Amino acid sequence: MNAVKDLILKMADDSLIIGHRSSEWTGLGPILEEDIAFSSMAQDKIGHALALYGILHEQFGELEADQLAFNRKESKFRCCHFAELPIGEYDFSLMRHFLFDHAEAIRYEMLSSSSFAPLAQLARKIKGEIKYHVLHANSWILRLGRGTEESRHRMQSSLNFCMPYALGIFEKNEAESDLITEGIFAGEEHLRILWEEQIWKQIDQAGLQFPNVPEKKVHMGGRSGRHTVHLHMLLEELSQVFRMEQGVEW
Amino acid sequence: MISTESNVGKTTILLALKEVMDPELPFLSVVDLGIIGDIDIHENRVLLKILPTFTACPAIQLMREQIIEKILSLGFYGAEVEVDYSIPWNSDRISEEGKKKLEKFGLATADTHQGNFSIDDIEQSKCPHCSSCNTTMNSIFGSTLCRSMHYCFDCRQGFERFKPL
Repeated sequence: MNAVKDLILKMADDSLIIGHRSSEWTGLGPILEEDIAFSSMAQDKIGHALALYGILHEQFGELEADQLAFNRKESKFRCCHFAELPIGEYDFSLMRHFLFDHAEAIRYEMLSSSSFAPLAQLARKIKGEIKYHVLHANSWILRLGRGTEESRHRMQSSLNFCMPYALGIFEKNEAESDLITEGIFAGEEHLRILWEEQIWKQIDQAGLQFPNVPEKKVHMGGRSGRHTVHLHMLLEELSQVFRMEQGVEW
Repeated sequence: MISTESNVGKTTILLALKEVMDPELPFLSVVDLGIIGDIDIHENRVLLKILPTFTACPAIQLMREQIIEKILSLGFYGAEVEVDYSIPWNSDRISEEGKKKLEKFGLATADTHQGNFSIDDIEQSKCPHCSSCNTTMNSIFGSTLCRSMHYCFDCRQGFERFKPL
């Protein structure tokens, strides 16, 4: 059962951290609609994290969601490095959103037929919501990839920068083979292959080049608790109010 | 005193819940919104399942409290509300009456799609003000998670739409 716990924890942590990052665009989006889009996606992602932490609490006796989100050491987090990176410029945030959400969409699609019922049920719910995130990302990648010389150049540079981090999403769990044999999850490698096929089509349509990333350049470590310095700063900020007076009722 | 005979009890509860409104759409009841799932009555205690429209719907907690309060006011000894993901809510669950109310309010609704919707289903919308189909989508995300933003070229008004899901 540890393998399924690891799987749910890393998904929840990814959602929480990328959700927090998306919320950092609230009030700063380049146009009102984009401000609303990133804020809405942040709300969705943090809701997904809450539901996933809920499964850990109800099925595996882990602490409650607030404790898991706000009161856990950095080394206990299992998010990928990609989710941790600061929002940077808008081209980076859009490209991360595109690469990350395509992986999310496929992951939830795969999990909707999982043999672990609580996860399968939630996945069937979430996959419809993620569809909107993917459509949002696709429309911007296409528009900016085919836009001006500057927009095309920015999207290509962001894609080149993001890819070694994006591939870190698919870092395997230790006991992944158990998940595969038990029909819980078909595995990160399978997910990565489907993801590459799917994003390749969009990247090609947008007139961008698919970057080639050597294996050793991929940013791994997040799934075993080794993180970038950015996660530390994010968690400090995220849990600041919670730590001020623990256990306080609002 | 309510009869504990299950069907009578369920009908009474559903009728009463027509008075519990979605706080984001205060004219639409939780029944018309289609979020009420199984209702189980045992020894005068009610266990009711709700299906959230979106996982992150911030109104769930408030609706849960109001549903409990309403059920207890009917004379049941106990009421519990659980969030249920085993049946995913989708926009087909909004009642016909609910769809009419949404349109009257100025919110477009989606046609029936049985959970499979394409980009066209999302972008193409009939204007709730003038019924024109000559419209465009401005943004997939709107003022709440369940709404998108659109514009009508004929009556030149912006409008929102209850997203297909």
